Amino acid sequence: MPLALRERLLSFSLPATDGSTVSSEQLAAAPVLGVVFWCNHCPYVKAWEDRMIALQREYAGRGVRFVMISSNDPVAFPDDSFAAMQTRAREKAYPFPYLFDETQEVARTFGATRTPEVFLFDRERVLRYHGAPDDNMEDPAAVTHRYLRDAVDALLSGRDPVTSTTPPKGCGMKWKK
Amino acid sequence: MKIEFLYWEDCPSHPEALARLRDVLRAEGVDDAVEIIRVDSQDDADRHRFPGSPTIRFDGIDLQPEGVQGSAMLACRTYRTEADRLSPLPTVVMIRQAVRTARLSRSGGS
Repeated sequence: MPLALRERLLSFSLPATDGSTVSSEQLAAAPVLGVVFWCNHCPYVKAWEDRMIALQREYAGRGVRFVMISSNDPVAFPDDSFAAMQTRAREKAYPFPYLFDETQEVARTFGATRTPEVFLFDRERVLRYHGAPDDNMEDPAAVTHRYLRDAVDALLSGRDPVTSTTPPKGCGMKWKK
Repeated sequence: MKIEFLYWEDCPSHPEALARLRDVLRAEGVDDAVEIIRVDSQDDADRHRFPGSPTIRFDGIDLQPEGVQGSAMLACRTYRTEADRLSPLPTVVMIRQAVRTARLSRSGGS
């Protein structure tokens, strides 16, 4: 079962593609924190990638932070190896940390099952939105419900997100055998 | 026309892809049966030369041959659309184009 709405962020500390280690405590100042289960190989991630980059850039000035975590088994999916993650983050100039959950423990504690899968927390690090970034993975121009953006806006304004859960839509998590 | 639709259950794009395929076939007046092949294991993937889910072939030719790279594997497949976007499933335009190309090949056209 995924983390439920109103549950608190589960702390983590993971290696990032830039060589640092990023912990949830280091992100404590952010008024809104998005933990997004992510990876390299999945076409759903690729479809949403530029939108997530743009969203982070747009909201960075307001302190909003996204953290991408790949928990996939890199043995089964070499495209999701740490080295490949580093390459991807560099090529796309990721404006967010891209973390490697090698033991898959973070994904298991969050109950994440898909990539991408968004967990959005408020200032108190209470889960306020869980699900997909928006309602049209294929065509940004055809999006009618911007779930993540709207939830971020709501939290920044001290309001409850109108939509707090949507089904995550993406590739299945690649668990180790 | 031999039409094959191969999918892996774990990748959620296949119902929409199959619906699009059926819509295009109907619109194009193609009434040949679609052979639906479920790929469940790496052995299946190897046997069917499965590059990812979903995969659509017309007379054995992949809908986007340039997207078939490397070894067969159980994974979601990435398509590059006519709008130059990456997507987990082919667009209606892509499917329609592949159907017309296959029909042209059958009729001896080029």
